[in-house]
Amino acid sequence: MTNVLGRFDFDVIAKWIKPGEKVLDLGCGDGSLLRYLKDEKGVLGYGADNDPDNILACIKNGVNVIQIDLEAGLSGFEDGFFDHVVMSLSLQTVRHTERMLDEMLRVGREAVVSFPNFGHRSHREAIAAGRMPVSESLPYQWYNSPNVRFFTMADFEALCAGRGIAIRERHAFDDGKAVVEDPNLNASIAVYRLGKAG
Amino acid sequence: MNKATNSVGEVAPQRAHFDTPLALAGGAVLPAFDLVYETYGELNAARSNAVLVCHALSGNHHVAGWHADHPKNLGWWDNLVGPGKPLDTRKFFVVGVNNLGGCFGSTGPVSDNPATGRPWGADFPVVTVEDWVAAQARLADRLGIESWAAVIGGSLGGMQAMQWALEYPDRIRHALVIASAPKLTAQNIAFNEVARQAILTDPDFHGGHYYAHGVVPARGLRLARMLGHITYLSDDQMAEKFGRRLRQEGLQFSYDVDFEIESYLRYQGDKFAGFFDANTYLITTKALDYFDPARDYGGDLAAALARTRAKFLVVSFSTDWRFAPERSREIVYGLVHNGLDVSYAEVESIAGHDSFLLDDPHYHAAMRAYFEGIRV
Repeated sequence: MTNVLGRFDFDVIAKWIKPGEKVLDLGCGDGSLLRYLKDEKGVLGYGADNDPDNILACIKNGVNVIQIDLEAGLSGFEDGFFDHVVMSLSLQTVRHTERMLDEMLRVGREAVVSFPNFGHRSHREAIAAGRMPVSESLPYQWYNSPNVRFFTMADFEALCAGRGIAIRERHAFDDGKAVVEDPNLNASIAVYRLGKAG
Repeated sequence: MNKATNSVGEVAPQRAHFDTPLALAGGAVLPAFDLVYETYGELNAARSNAVLVCHALSGNHHVAGWHADHPKNLGWWDNLVGPGKPLDTRKFFVVGVNNLGGCFGSTGPVSDNPATGRPWGADFPVVTVEDWVAAQARLADRLGIESWAAVIGGSLGGMQAMQWALEYPDRIRHALVIASAPKLTAQNIAFNEVARQAILTDPDFHGGHYYAHGVVPARGLRLARMLGHITYLSDDQMAEKFGRRLRQEGLQFSYDVDFEIESYLRYQGDKFAGFFDANTYLITTKALDYFDPARDYGGDLAAALARTRAKFLVVSFSTDWRFAPERSREIVYGLVHNGLDVSYAEVESIAGHDSFLLDDPHYHAAMRAYFEGIRV
């Protein structure tokens, strides 16, 4: 798998987006995914972020960005307006996980989320040794982490099942390579394509 | 960069006269009018680098630099406009204009009414944001500007930028709408009405024809401005800037100034009443109240914005309660609804509505980046 964007979950996400789609990128950072999707797929993209440095970076990157507090919900956006609502490596930073997922699937036809898998072997080993994990996918100390929710792929899938969220596709990675066998143990990053069940 | 190297320097206002009658939104027709304006930087050969700066309630055409006879009177947005500043005059040709009905040289209540040879006074028609923009379009024609690279304004100025995008979608490529709103709230209109009543009930108002009596309704204008200043600041900033500090030691037990805030408001009110025209103040507050592009669309702002083509930058300030962030978000979501390009920054600032005139680093960095991204 090529790594065009320097972040391999972007590759997967980009493949799920069709040319000309409307895309909302929640926690869009410096806007590099949107920039790529705009240049390569001609999407109509909007980023949402609440960090003024990221707002500035997006403006410099030439992508649309809207400064909002994601925790406050997406009430300004209309039902079903977007083809895809993306949240790349940010779901673990949101306190109201259930509402976030519901909102993503309200304003978007599909949601795409990626997150660090807390169940990865190295994280389990750290816990077993009595310490909170610090790794490439969870690069923070417990006292300075922006992450507020810690969950495994199995946890996430259980939540989806309980909330009527259909998992339409799933990819798992470790060290930038696809993981097929027991991803909850072997993958450090998971990427999901979600829809409403039924 | 220091002041000397990034100022547009000494500037001189210019005057454009227009003979073609202008039909106003209120039904009146101005047979002819003048607009006073300033320009900074050079219009490029392709005429593609022009930026219009629209002023708010008390502003005018003097946006940047200084005049030879008033070297200390810097333009009202001098911190934004100049060589190397966020709106960089090495790249852009910047135009500031005093709006119709103004009191700084453009045709307004203090101008002579050609029908009577005396100042228009209260007979000057109430003009609207739509009228201002129509007059600005005449100036653009005169300057050979087919399409603005950007139109920018704060507060009431932001409404003009919006109106450009609505009325002349092919003549504006970017709209920068700062600390503004798609329409005033009832509370906001209420403040304007108190300000107007202060002027209208001043015994020196003389039905708006005070010029003939050799007086000005300074008391009313002063009160209007004092009220305005209260609403342009945030509670927090007022507490920080003035608190309950006393002007002199001990309470006066009189109605003279006790607190610093009283002194500040009196000073600002007196200063303003010394140079601003009361009729212009009345007209301008009405223009604010009337602006509501969604009115013709059953209140649906998104429907009104459907005809716009410009890319937008919308900026609001966290403590601005006169033009609250919520109002800016209405504009943003109306644009998103139409699939238009828009970025929105909600700047953390203590300074209330006045923030848009200050140079908060996040704010100015965003403005700089946005202007840098505009192709000319």
